[in-house]
This record gives sequence, structure tokens and C-alpha cells, in this order.
Amino acid sequence: MAYCYQSSTRRSFIKKAVGLASVGIVTSLLADALPLESFVPVPIPKQKVKLEINGKQMELMVDIRSTLQDLLREELGLTGTKKGCAMGDCGSCMIHINGKRANACLGLAVYNDGNKITTIEGLSKGDQLHPVQAAFLKHDSFQCGYCTSGQIMSAVACLREGAAKNRDEIKKYMQRNICRCGSYQNIVDAIEEVKKSGVKV
Amino acid sequence: MNNQFNTSYFPDERVDGLEKVTGKARYTAEHQIANMAYAVFICSTIARGKVKKIDSTNALTLPGAIDVMHFENCPKVPGYKPSAFPELKNVGEWRGMKVFGDNLVRFYGQPVALALAESIESANEVAKMVEIEYETEPHETDFHTLRKDPSKLKNGSTYSRGKSQAYKEAPFYVEAEYNIPIEVHNPMEMHATIAHWETPDTLLLYDKTQGPKATQSAVARLFGLPDKNVRIIAENVGGAFGSALRSWPNVSAAVIAAKKINRPVKLVLTRPQMFTLVGYRPQAWQQVGVGADAQGNLLGISHYAISNTSRYEDFREGIVDASKFLYKCDNVDTDYKLLPLDLSTPTWMRGPGEATGCFALECSLDDLAFKLKMDPIQFRIKNFTDIQQESKLPWSAINVKDCYAKGAELIGWKNRKQMPKMLKEGDWYVGYGMGVGVFGAGRGTSTVRAVLRTDGQLLLESAVSDMGSGTATAMVKVAASAMKLPEDKIKFVMGDSDLPPGPMQGGSTTTSTLGSGVHLVCESLKDLLKNMAIESIDAFKSIAKENISIENNKIFVANNNALSITVKELLDMRKVPSVEIIKTSPGLNTREIQKATNSFSVHFVKVHVHSKTGEIQLKHIVTTGDAGKIISEQTARSQMLGGAVGGIGMALTEEVKIDHATGKISNASLGSYLVPRHTMIPHIDVWFTNKPDPYINAIGAKGLGEIAIIGFAAAVSNAVFNATGKRMRDLPITKEKVLAAKA
Repeated sequence: MAYCYQSSTRRSFIKKAVGLASVGIVTSLLADALPLESFVPVPIPKQKVKLEINGKQMELMVDIRSTLQDLLREELGLTGTKKGCAMGDCGSCMIHINGKRANACLGLAVYNDGNKITTIEGLSKGDQLHPVQAAFLKHDSFQCGYCTSGQIMSAVACLREGAAKNRDEIKKYMQRNICRCGSYQNIVDAIEEVKKSGVKV
Repeated sequence: MNNQFNTSYFPDERVDGLEKVTGKARYTAEHQIANMAYAVFICSTIARGKVKKIDSTNALTLPGAIDVMHFENCPKVPGYKPSAFPELKNVGEWRGMKVFGDNLVRFYGQPVALALAESIESANEVAKMVEIEYETEPHETDFHTLRKDPSKLKNGSTYSRGKSQAYKEAPFYVEAEYNIPIEVHNPMEMHATIAHWETPDTLLLYDKTQGPKATQSAVARLFGLPDKNVRIIAENVGGAFGSALRSWPNVSAAVIAAKKINRPVKLVLTRPQMFTLVGYRPQAWQQVGVGADAQGNLLGISHYAISNTSRYEDFREGIVDASKFLYKCDNVDTDYKLLPLDLSTPTWMRGPGEATGCFALECSLDDLAFKLKMDPIQFRIKNFTDIQQESKLPWSAINVKDCYAKGAELIGWKNRKQMPKMLKEGDWYVGYGMGVGVFGAGRGTSTVRAVLRTDGQLLLESAVSDMGSGTATAMVKVAASAMKLPEDKIKFVMGDSDLPPGPMQGGSTTTSTLGSGVHLVCESLKDLLKNMAIESIDAFKSIAKENISIENNKIFVANNNALSITVKELLDMRKVPSVEIIKTSPGLNTREIQKATNSFSVHFVKVHVHSKTGEIQLKHIVTTGDAGKIISEQTARSQMLGGAVGGIGMALTEEVKIDHATGKISNASLGSYLVPRHTMIPHIDVWFTNKPDPYINAIGAKGLGEIAIIGFAAAVSNAVFNATGKRMRDLPITKEKVLAAKA
């Protein structure tokens, strides 16, 4: 986060923290925070980023600190991509970047300059549901619906990458997506059915 | 009461399914309000003590910074000190921690300040730059050590009938201790609140809540406002499992901050904060003794428990309750105490109390059955009773024996051996186990408005929210049955406190409570339509009301084809665009019906346990429910699947770890607090008795959200014993524990 303020050396911070601890006082300064005497704020840097999102070309000035997830949700209103942990543990924010599945929370928006991004909003063609969406609906592959976008984006990638040959293989591929409501069996049922139908995904 | 529920109109889809699979369903944090500020909690890095100094000078110079709120600059909140605001009406003391109300630190991770900024990125940065000095005091978080000191325990409650500790005099008995760690709900959607003061005394609040009306009144009383001045919106709730049954500090903090900076404020918890700020299943120690005669008749049950609470609130749950009433036994004694620790307050988590208690009880019964050389199912059938043993009232309905039979058939119980280690596949021991769950089946008060329009659409409205169990889907089915109307003509509107008051979605009561309300309002609507027909149409005047039928928005007289009018024709004749009716369905009075009301479950699992590594693999699960009439088969089945999956986590992986040196939860993430994932899930069969309960309500349905998990962990532990001869009494059952255990 050093782009937001100037820094001196890390050593003086450590010295200060140790000094405080020795008199029984702990500070909440995180390890990557810096000594306050050298603190000089600078304006929020923005950068121009070209993205293709759900088939639409966009040229955006984005806060360089913004994750792709927050850009989609907070700036572009594409809230179908969910935030479940913001650390890549849960899979709720799974999207496709250049055709490959990826956690939207794990990369900054500026890393995606020139990338082609597909979110759940870009999966169906108008009123026509994507076969995986239809199968999720049919098999009741969700309850609260919060992990669903991520599960569906992973499921589509699973089928496209040929990783759905049997239930065990599907489960392994889908391991990165948590469903706390516990709809796992219905999710695998849905993916398996799409696979068996042979329909193009 | 008659049970008139029929299932002829029902397709399977969830009514909100399309929105959920297309990403259009909106959850709390996804609402945008102009000029909204972003808030981030700054949380304590000590477990107990005081905030000495907060310096936000530098933080506030950061670009985008708006404010940093803490105990020194927090506006006065009437609900924090009710006596200080005698002039205000409707002030109630805020329940739980009064965030920023003082400088005390009660647990590690307690919010001590709130960073407010123009964007989420800036708010995060501001939060990191706030400098806080603490004065630390010694803290206590080590449950296992402290529970042994009687002076630390409080608020004991005891129960006994017959002789205490009678099990010890029985010809056969077992006694053992059981431990359950802290478990956290961790719904996929993190708790979030958006607070918007539309005028100085009217508030619009988007909030993740299981009860819009309860949140409305909690927030109104915080500021001494009439309830109607506070509007709560909870369109979709991304899971909760109990965590959203009360309003936590994120609600009060967002509301206060929005007042302070005079702008809408959005506050979303982080995943680590989900471990400390919105409750958890308390850690519990239990000791159970059960004794029986040689024929297997239970002669005594003793169940003692201690669970943790916080220092600032008592949280109790029914850990020892099932032992008092589920099985036929004349001698029962229980004792339940609390151990306050320097942790945040626990709360109800799926199957509260009973999930913990039934783990110990059901393992103990398996243990005793083994000692008696009896099949565990036969042992339970031997001690079956249809009289609730504590109240001595007969159950309104109990079909648990059907669950034993069907579950045993589906899991292949006949392949089970009575002695452990008798079945092996390669290096894997094979075992079968079962466990029983029970939970209260209540019925509360609900008010529902029905609006039937000339275009034939029926609108039903109630201020409830749905965390995923499928409330709207079930209610549409109840209405479709009552009105004999296709489901696509019916819409259930919810998630807004401005609607007629509905119940909290919790304690497995929504279908019973709200279903009764929907059923009542539909019956009243039909009555109203019949009256209108009789009043407005000459030919109907001579017809007795009971001979008039309504189906598919047509009012007609059977056996008289000439006498029929559509709802549209009737409303046009009366020159009204719609007909509207609002009805309140009363709660269940169990004293009036002289019955005990519960739902029951029996879970069966088949496990493989590796003989060299101790690894446990679930191979097959059968989960059976006895919860009255099943209203919505698809969503009820999904709830049972989810309960089993939650039970897998409880049995095998879920455990909050606390670093007692600091009091900090050391695995506060979904990467280190392990919840079940795809590869852990074997094939799961779900089966319901699906027999209407004739007493509970007009639709014959009871709740099943809790019973879906209660008793499940015991089934796993019992299966591991059957496979290996090792009795696993500490959850979660890890391979390390299996290896270390003695057969």
C-alpha cells in the first residue's frame, strides 16, 4: 500500500513498536503500516484500464487499489459476482477472465488491462438461460443463492475444460466453491446432467 | 383440524430461482444510495482492557477519508443509556455490546473505531492508519482449563425426576465426557448494513436479518423512534443459520455513523469479523451417564453440561433438554451451567442446544446398546414413547419408528455387524451408525395481507425474510392449495418491515407460523368472495355459502353449470380493481391442545476409516425427517441435504481455534476454519414420513431446518466406532484423534 503515502525505513517502525510493547501498550498498527513521522499523503492514483466485460468494450479510470471484484460490484453495478471472503477461499466471486475461471477478489482491476471478462450477467443470452443455469434451477442446486453465481461460473468452466467426465472429477474441479447451505449434491447433479445431454456450453 | 393440503398444482422450481441463477437477486450490500460513505470496523488487538488513546489525525488526512468514529466522538445514543433520555418515548436498551458506548475491550476483535471514507479502498486505508493505544488486563479464554474451576461457573439450572444418578445402579451403564468446540455459522454472504437517515427521524435500513420486524423495533428503540419511522429492507438473505436472528454491532454502528456524518453509510463485515461479531455455537463440555437393565429398558439418564458465554451477556441453550423428554425413562437429572469468557457472545446456530446435546446423548445410547449387545435401533425402539417424558403430554404426532425402518433399509443396515472391525474393504474399515434428532415444533403469530386483482393475480404480503430455506416457494404452495389457483398466479412479497408483521425466520417455525397465516388469509378471502357473490348476484342469493366453490378464480356452484362468475366479472360488477383482506393467525397454545409438539429426525451414515492413517470417508448418508406434511418437496429436501452437510462439518472439520496467549481466534478464515466442500459429500438420500400433524396447524406441517443437523454428528461418531471400535467423543473427529484413540 506504499503508493498512498511516502515511507521511511521499516526498521524505525519496528523499533517504535517494540518500545511501546515494553511498557505494556500494544498498538493496532498492522505490520505493513509505516512510521507516522514520515507520513505524507498523496492523491489516490487512478489509471486507465481497457476491459471487455460481457462483450462490452470499456475504458475506465480505476482506483489502482481496487480489486476486480470491487470494481465490478461497487463501480459497475455487476453485483451478480459475489463477495464471500475477499481472500480466494470461497469461490463466490468466480468469473471468467479470457475464458479461464478466476477469483475476482484475488487480482487488482488494473492487472486486467486488455482482458476479456465474463460474469454471471453475461452468461445468458437475453431471456435464454445458459444450460448450466437452467440445470441449477431444475435441480434446486442452491438455497440462499449467494454462492450460486460462483458455482455456475465454475461449473461452466468445468464443462468447457472437459473436467466433468464423472462425479468425482466434477467434485474435484468444484472444490474451490463453498456452498454453506450444503447444496453440493444438487450442484453435481446439475453439472452431470448438462454433461450427459451433450449440449454445447 | 382438517388437513386440506394437496399437491396437485405444484411444479418444482423455487419462485426466486430465476433471479438467483442469473445473478439478479440483490443482497444487502448490493444496494446503492447516492452520496453513500463506506465504513470499515477497526477491531481490538487485545482481548481485555481499555482503549487508552485513539489518534486518527494522520488517518483523516488520507485522500477520501471522511471520519473516524469511536467512543470519544460517538454521538449520544438514547438506547445506550435509557435513563438519560426520559423525554423520549419508545427507548429500549440496546441488547448486547453497545459499540463505541465506552472504552472497554471485552474480546479480541471487538470494534473500537469505525473508519468512514468515500470508497471501500479508502476506508480500508484509513482503518490501517488509525493509531490505538490500549491498557491491557489479563484475559481468560481457555474453556477446558477454566470449566474445572467451580467458582468460574454461573447461573446453573438443574432438573430431576425420580432418582438422581440412577444410571449408576443399573445392571449396565456407561458414563463419559463429550466436547464440542466453538463453531461458526459462516453464511456465504457476510453481514452487512446500509443505514440512510431520510429525514432526521426517519431511517431506511438495508440489513441482513432473519426478522425485519425484530430489527425494526430494535433500531427504533435505539433512537426512541416510533417503529413506523424505521423501515428495514431484507430482499434476499445469503444464508444465516441463526447468525441474523438478532442485531449485532454492525447495525448500531452503521445507524449511528450515518447520523454522525449525515450521509448514508454502508458497513460490510470482513470474513474474519464474521468469526467474532455475529455469534457462534458455544463451546461445550458434557458428561452423560445412561443405564439400563439386561432387557434394554432405560433406568437412568444423567446429563451435565457447561457452555461458554461472554462476560457481558448470558447465552443459554437447550443442551440437556432432549435427555429430559425423548426416551422413556423414570429417572433423569440434568445440570447446566455457563462459563463466562473474554469472548464475544454466542448465539443460536442451526439446531441450537439440541445439536450439541443430542451428540452426547445419542453417542451414549450407542455406547450402552453395544454394552447390552443390542442393535442400536432396537435399543431405541425398546425405549420409544409417544408421551413427552418431561411434560407427560402425548405428542401431537410421532412417526420416528417409520424413520428407523426406512433409513435402515436405505443405508443397508442389514450389512452392519454388531462388533467393530468386522467389515473391511482393502485398508479401510467399514462402519454404520445412526443418531436421532429432535427439536420443538412451534407456531407463532403472523399477519398476512392478500390482494386479489381483476387480472387474476394473487399477492400475499408479510414482513418476513428468507435466508434460503424457500419461504416464498412454500407459501405460494400453501396459497395455491387453499385457493385452487395455479402457482404462477400467486406472488409472495416479503423482505420489508412496512408489510404486515411476520415472524422471525428461526427455530424451525416459519412454515408452521407463516403457513398458518397464509392459509387463514386465503380461507378468509374465499369467504369474502362468496359473500360478495351472494350480495351482488341475484342467482347466488338463494345458495348456501357452503355450496359455493372457488377454483382458478371462478366462483361457482357444483352441479349447477349455469351458476358461475369469474373473480374479474365480480370485481368489475362491484367497480373495484382488487379485493384485499388482512388476517392475523394466532400462535399455538400447547396447553389448549394438551399435546407436545416436536419434529424428529433419524440420520444414518456409512463410513470408511483407514486402518493406517485414521482418515474418515463418508460413503453414504441417509437422512430421514418426521416433520408433518411436507409443503414443498424440493426445498424441504434441499434443507435436509444442507443439514447433513452442516452435520458433516460439525462431525469432521469445524473448530474455532483460539490462541490463549492473546485471546485471538487463529483460524478466522474459510481457508483455515474448514467447512465441508464438494469432495467430502457422498451420496445423500432424503426421506420424509410426510404425515400431516393433526394438531400443529391447518396445513399439518412442522419445521425441519434444525432437525436436519441435530443428531447427525452422533451418527458419524457411532459409525466410526462400528468401523474401528474407537469411541470418538471430541468434535471434530479428525484422523489424528482417531489414530490416537484406543479401541
